[in-house]
Amino acid sequence: MDQIKVEKGMAELKETFSSGKTRSAVWRKTQLRALIELVHENEEEIFKALHQDLGKHPVEAYRDEVGVILKSADYSLSRVEKWMAPKKGHIPLLFFPANGEVMPEPFGVVLIFASWNFPISLALDPLIGAISAGNTVVLKPSDMSPKCSSFLANAIPKYLDPKAIKVVEGGADVCEQLLQQKWDKIFFTGSQRIGRVVMTAAAKHLTPVTLEMGGKSPAILDVTSTSSNMKVVAKRIVGGKWGPCCGQACIGIDYVLVEDEHSSFLIGSLRRIIREFYGENPEESISLSRIGNKNNFDRLSRLIKDPLVAASIVHGGSTDEEKLFIEPTILLNPPLDSEIMTEEIFGPLLPIITLNNIQESIEFMNSRPKPLVIYAFTKDETFKKQILTHTSSGGVVFNDTMVQFICDDLPFGGVGHSGFGRYHGKYSFDTFSHEKAVMHRGFYPEIEPRYPPWNSFKLQFLRLAYSFNYLGLLLLLLGLKKKY
Amino acid sequence: MAGSEEKEKAVFDVDAASALVNELRCTFASGKTRSYEWRVTQLKNMLKMCDENEKEIAEALRQDLSKPELESVVYEIGMLKNSCRVALKEVKHWIVPEKAKTSLTTFPSSAEILSEPLGVVLIISAWNYPFLLSLDPLVGAIAAGNAVVLKPSEIAPASSSLLSKLLVKYLDSSAIRVIEGAVAETSALLEQKWEKIFYTGNGRVARIVMAAAAKHLTPVVLELGGKSPVVIDAGINLQVATRRIIAGKWGCNNGQACVSPDYIITTKDYAPELVMLSAIKVSFQFFLAFHFLPCCCSFSCFFNCFVLIQVDTLKNELERFYGKTPLESKDLSRIVNSNHFTRLTKLLDEDKVSGNIVHGGERDKESLKIAPTILLDVPQDSLIMNEEIFGPLLPIILVNKIEESFDLINSGTKPLAAYLFSNKKKLKEQFVMSVSAGGLVINDTTVHLAVDTLPFGGVGESGMGSYHGKFSFDAFSHKKAVLYRSFIGDAAIRYPPYTTEKVRLMKALIGGGIWNIIQALLGWGKA
Repeated sequence: MDQIKVEKGMAELKETFSSGKTRSAVWRKTQLRALIELVHENEEEIFKALHQDLGKHPVEAYRDEVGVILKSADYSLSRVEKWMAPKKGHIPLLFFPANGEVMPEPFGVVLIFASWNFPISLALDPLIGAISAGNTVVLKPSDMSPKCSSFLANAIPKYLDPKAIKVVEGGADVCEQLLQQKWDKIFFTGSQRIGRVVMTAAAKHLTPVTLEMGGKSPAILDVTSTSSNMKVVAKRIVGGKWGPCCGQACIGIDYVLVEDEHSSFLIGSLRRIIREFYGENPEESISLSRIGNKNNFDRLSRLIKDPLVAASIVHGGSTDEEKLFIEPTILLNPPLDSEIMTEEIFGPLLPIITLNNIQESIEFMNSRPKPLVIYAFTKDETFKKQILTHTSSGGVVFNDTMVQFICDDLPFGGVGHSGFGRYHGKYSFDTFSHEKAVMHRGFYPEIEPRYPPWNSFKLQFLRLAYSFNYLGLLLLLLGLKKKY
Repeated sequence: MAGSEEKEKAVFDVDAASALVNELRCTFASGKTRSYEWRVTQLKNMLKMCDENEKEIAEALRQDLSKPELESVVYEIGMLKNSCRVALKEVKHWIVPEKAKTSLTTFPSSAEILSEPLGVVLIISAWNYPFLLSLDPLVGAIAAGNAVVLKPSEIAPASSSLLSKLLVKYLDSSAIRVIEGAVAETSALLEQKWEKIFYTGNGRVARIVMAAAAKHLTPVVLELGGKSPVVIDAGINLQVATRRIIAGKWGCNNGQACVSPDYIITTKDYAPELVMLSAIKVSFQFFLAFHFLPCCCSFSCFFNCFVLIQVDTLKNELERFYGKTPLESKDLSRIVNSNHFTRLTKLLDEDKVSGNIVHGGERDKESLKIAPTILLDVPQDSLIMNEEIFGPLLPIILVNKIEESFDLINSGTKPLAAYLFSNKKKLKEQFVMSVSAGGLVINDTTVHLAVDTLPFGGVGESGMGSYHGKFSFDAFSHKKAVLYRSFIGDAAIRYPPYTTEKVRLMKALIGGGIWNIIQALLGWGKA
């Protein structure tokens, strides 16, 4: 892909946008319907591509990718016209007669970067937002999930408007070329390192960005209040760690915090559930995804090669380079300054960190960068409140994991190093829209004191006017307010 | 002692900035700024500060900008006080969590969105409204519960210094600080990690701010500017329109405002309208028109007529407002400094446009004054049409059809504001639909800034993010999504081992309605 092709493509998208075609509700809904059709008609192919790239089973593929997109597109389809309608804003009496509204309008030509771990949903979910908001789009899937990238590049032009939505495949060099262009918005999902590169490039053109990144999302386990539900808790922790792409998920559990006295109980429960889910030999389980690529495999292997870290392994630890397989691994109290505890793990290694008192988890989390999500298993209402008010994260989920991702009415996004901006549901529409303020005024009546030459009457009038002190104004006009 | 004071002043470097941020982080971590009482106290004190120091503030603005007292009192102090009042009244509502809906798929569950402060934020302000643009964002940052560093502009030094003094006196210095200075101090601040940076100024520096923010993945609000056009249609009350344009242009810091009308676009083709005008005015304009065009065909006469009537009306009203010698009027701000004075005179003196001045053009370098100046029919490729003017010069561009003005506006970078004077419903609708700008006003200029229910911010080159009213609170908040789940209702289909049966059930559960879910659970429905 050379520079000229990129520029030509962008020129076409600009032209399409200028034509006004993408602004009609009809166009947007047609595209959304076409996207739903694309997914329905190619479900098997999508399952196949996800299996080839990441070893995902169709249940996982449906739950985390196909199903998410169908639901999202459907949600947007039934609401997009409502979202497009201007919202009224109340105008003070001083300006009567006047009306005000906030009108959402598309930014123009937008760029979406998808990551490799959820190569379908993290490409198409933002695309749904961009289309709903009326933009033209360049979608750049990750080259580290090549089968999915190629599927998107082939299927999208067949179903969606090729003059308005383009897929550009490629690696780092293509990303660089794309980033040199002037976009009206960039939506990025990926690592913090690349997030910085994207934002720095965007700064040159004053392009607004949404950065969906990650961090170390902890699960806090308050055994005292949840001991009677331990089986469900353990299932949800295992499900939230190894379920999504074998731990390679921004909202996957990174590590667990639990009280020291309950750690063996927890480990025992987790091991039982791992066996239940993945059998005696997880390497042969079809329910476990693979490590996405060799880079990630090498990085994860390195994390557990550290002797102090290796010594803390209490379950699992085996790896197979050829199959890009790493066994679900549990570690107990690896050193806090080891890489596994300072970097986002993004893999099937679960450190359990013990504390004297579960309340200490708050300080533990606060002394670290803000994560994308905090999972807290507790029934203690006071503790819940403390977590909410004393910690900061993109989001918080009590007593479960992962499910916030499918709540269309909850904004999904990070804070601090886990990102900024948000999407899902209407937030997707908003993130790709400029909210334009519009105020209509009449020619009459005129507020004479607005105009020079200035004098003390006009000053007094405007003082009262600008504090919307209508009574004062009335008195002034009636000559009943003497002092000015 | 003078020696050590100087030493203290001289060294605000990266280390000092880092120490400052750490100190504020400690304050923030203590939870102090999160309390409702703290926020309300700060806002009340800011109101008090404005009330008790109105004279001093007006004096500082007079020193920095020769700003007329009325502009200072109304547009800086008055608007700021309003902001404080709105925040004081509303913050208790703004901090209440917003309920969010949950679907059948996650039943049973409940959800809400919590507003929480971001932490330690940086506000960098501009020189043209040094009080308003420093303190209005500060209102939002405080209302949202943050700790703040404010960096006022050094180009308005009296205001910067007064701000520094007043904030120490009235606000909580353990959480709110002012750092004065220029490039070195700003750079030191920009090296630090902030939870948010709010910048008001120009596009060049905005790029620097955003690039610095990118290193720490810090979100930004950039309030910039652009060339805010005014489109004038026929069939309007020209006198009222003219006055409103003057108020928005020269009445706002003598054109040095981000939302000031930058230039006018109007059309040549007004024959039907012109016939309605008074005979005396028309005959006078015909005389002038004769001088503009050798071929005196009726349409071209008429085009010059309406335009000249507009110019004429502008001239009349300008004289009414500022007198015959506007350079001496006390009701006009001066140009802020010699750099900008030179920049503006360069725009005027360019060969392409110097002959197009139809009113004004006078200047006085010593007092840094330029008279309200109107230029007619300047070329598109002139300097004055290719940068934000930010001064008392008003070019008028002519087009054949009024709709062409929209294309003209859209061919440039998106401005912060765009204005249309028209009574035609269809034209207004077209304007609103097709012109992209931060904000639009029909039949007036700049007043939308006083409406706190409308977001104030730019798009494209004019900026990103918005504020005023609740938008200020939101700009400085993180909206945290919270989902509450219980332990009942755990669908086994979520968990491995995965089977094809589970695929079917999964399809029903996600996005399927209640009937699909029942079907699936009973073993019916599609695979």
